[in-house]
Amino acid sequence: MLRDGSLGKAYLITAQPLLLGVALCGVAGIAFGIGMGLSRTVEWLSLPVIIILQAAPMAAIIPLLTYMYGIGLTSKVLAVIMLAAPVIVMNSYKGIRNTPPSLLQMCRSFQGTRAQEVLKIVLPHAAALIFTGLRLGLAMGFIGIVIAELLITPTGIGDLISYHSSTADYSKMFATIASVVAVAAISLHLLQLLERRLFP
Amino acid sequence: MIVEVRNVSKTYDNGRGEETHALRDVNLTFPKGQLSTLLGPSGCGKTTLLKIIAGLIPRNAGEVLVKGKPVDGPGPERAFVFQDFALLPWATVLRNVAFGLELRGMPRPEREQVARKYIAEVGLKGFEQRYPAQLSGGMRQRVGLARALAVDADIILMDEPFSSVDEQTRRKFQEDLLDLLRHHQKTVIFVTHSIEEAAYLSDQIALLSPRPGRVSKIVRPNVDHSRSPDEIRRDQGYLDTVDEIWGMLRQYV
Amino acid sequence: MKMVFSLIVWAVLWEIAGRLKLSTIVPPFSAVIEAMFEIAPTEKFGKAAIITLRSFGLGMLFALLIGIPLGIVMARVRGVGRLLGMWVNIFVSAPISALVPILMAVVGIGETTVVVTVFLFAVFVITLDTQVGITHADRSLVEMGRSFGATRSQLYSKILVWSALPEILAGVRLGAIRGVKGVVIGQLLVAIIGVGELFEVYSNNFLMEEFWALVVIVFLFAFAISEAIAALERRVEYYAASR
Repeated sequence: MLRDGSLGKAYLITAQPLLLGVALCGVAGIAFGIGMGLSRTVEWLSLPVIIILQAAPMAAIIPLLTYMYGIGLTSKVLAVIMLAAPVIVMNSYKGIRNTPPSLLQMCRSFQGTRAQEVLKIVLPHAAALIFTGLRLGLAMGFIGIVIAELLITPTGIGDLISYHSSTADYSKMFATIASVVAVAAISLHLLQLLERRLFP
Repeated sequence: MIVEVRNVSKTYDNGRGEETHALRDVNLTFPKGQLSTLLGPSGCGKTTLLKIIAGLIPRNAGEVLVKGKPVDGPGPERAFVFQDFALLPWATVLRNVAFGLELRGMPRPEREQVARKYIAEVGLKGFEQRYPAQLSGGMRQRVGLARALAVDADIILMDEPFSSVDEQTRRKFQEDLLDLLRHHQKTVIFVTHSIEEAAYLSDQIALLSPRPGRVSKIVRPNVDHSRSPDEIRRDQGYLDTVDEIWGMLRQYV
Repeated sequence: MKMVFSLIVWAVLWEIAGRLKLSTIVPPFSAVIEAMFEIAPTEKFGKAAIITLRSFGLGMLFALLIGIPLGIVMARVRGVGRLLGMWVNIFVSAPISALVPILMAVVGIGETTVVVTVFLFAVFVITLDTQVGITHADRSLVEMGRSFGATRSQLYSKILVWSALPEILAGVRLGAIRGVKGVVIGQLLVAIIGVGELFEVYSNNFLMEEFWALVVIVFLFAFAISEAIAALERRVEYYAASR
């Protein structure tokens, strides 16, 4: 199979936009989700849009990115962000909104300020769901990067898959695809273990 | 009278124009240093009233006076013990007990020292580094109680604190609570639906009737608390009080 | 104010952004709406819609016919659950689009492949949620049924499936959303037919109004299906809380 450098090199290329996209989207998405959770106005403006974005087949828009940003790294990072952002934002938002009212009342009964409420109760409680959001965001990121690489211009793993497909080298194509699924599955599983460790 | 409730009313609007009168024109006074109970069937507004006294729920009419001054929100002289414990699941027992002090900005070493003292007083010595998930229901409520004691409030408000634990633990708790209160001069306002519990613990019981919630009677049990718990439960004064109260409440069930 | 109305704010912003020509690919909202009404009645769109709906419908049908029973079996038969569980879990979050080239190689280039794509996108989440629903179905209800002499099939049809219905419907809703994504991706990658073809044509020829109009239509479709199932879920919800 592909013990030569080609598989490794391909992953290195693919990993860049994937990790970059998820990282950017993670920071911004979490911040935005928290904003949505804490402010009714932000929630009012954003929730319908986020819900629609979650249900929407974003894949249709990916080719459009090419016109805007060319075929380079930017488009691919944007593809990852577009697919991963809604789920990260939703989970952060839900984590904030689902704070048990009992804990909030308890804090108020000891005359905690709103800032204390947010820092000591809302955010620590939301941490578990925020992490889940990141994990799901990574899963969506995988999906985004694969679609981007198959649709925009092949680079990295998408390139390998298309190339082997076009040269009818199906065993290699199959192997590459299997490796993608495996990498996705393993990294997500590891994150899930980490999640269970951190948030029993 | 350390707490006075005057003409307090509370209505809930269910959004469809229908109003529920949770409380109507409630007048009560609570003597300092005594344990008073709000007793009644579900839906009579006792928890609502307690939370209004605590300043956690706004009232629609009337006023609440604490030490002679009207109050609108929570204050350092009142501490609340919650029915579902309301412990931070991600914090240790030590941090949970110290939480009230943490919110006030007391420095860490100081507040941990205070917390340790009360942890020992409620019988949880050695459990400081445990997490709530590792504790039984009874132990969790002890943490809640320790937290309320730690802030050194004059008035402790307890919302059905023992209803989430089993009967045996509950009895032990009641005994321990009375013990604890002998050492600390606190005023306690207690909410329960258990007649036996009210008769056993209280110096004064306010019976509330439901829909709309109002005070129907005040009973002062004639129970000699210097005797042993088991003797008290067979004491004639105690048994008479229980019967009397049940006679008044049964029409609401 | 109800939250849906914030979309009006967005529509206005879109309109402004379009008029100010902030970006070459963003036409004003009004132009997009106009285009929507222009392309919807056309024959071209009608044909594309039928092809797409057909692939979507078939793929979803298979996903339901296989996913739900499979989920039930996985929940009730221990061995099967453990054996297949790992695979279902892997594929539920996996980039299924990566599998599309294999499908193309094996099944060929055509509508069938798109149907299979829809199926694959939807089936795993349906299976998983069904399994979870049945597993967590109220045990005491099952015991009650048995104590009154219910047969195996009665237990399933009268108790288990109903008890698990909220979760099953949730899985179906997620499956439908994924199915829409599947049909779009399938059509973009595999056979350029249906709405996928239209997307290609519009974007290649830079017909931005039409492109966004189609985007809105597809998004609305996905949303409508999701909400329809959500409405079903809400009708079932009333007993979910008291389980």
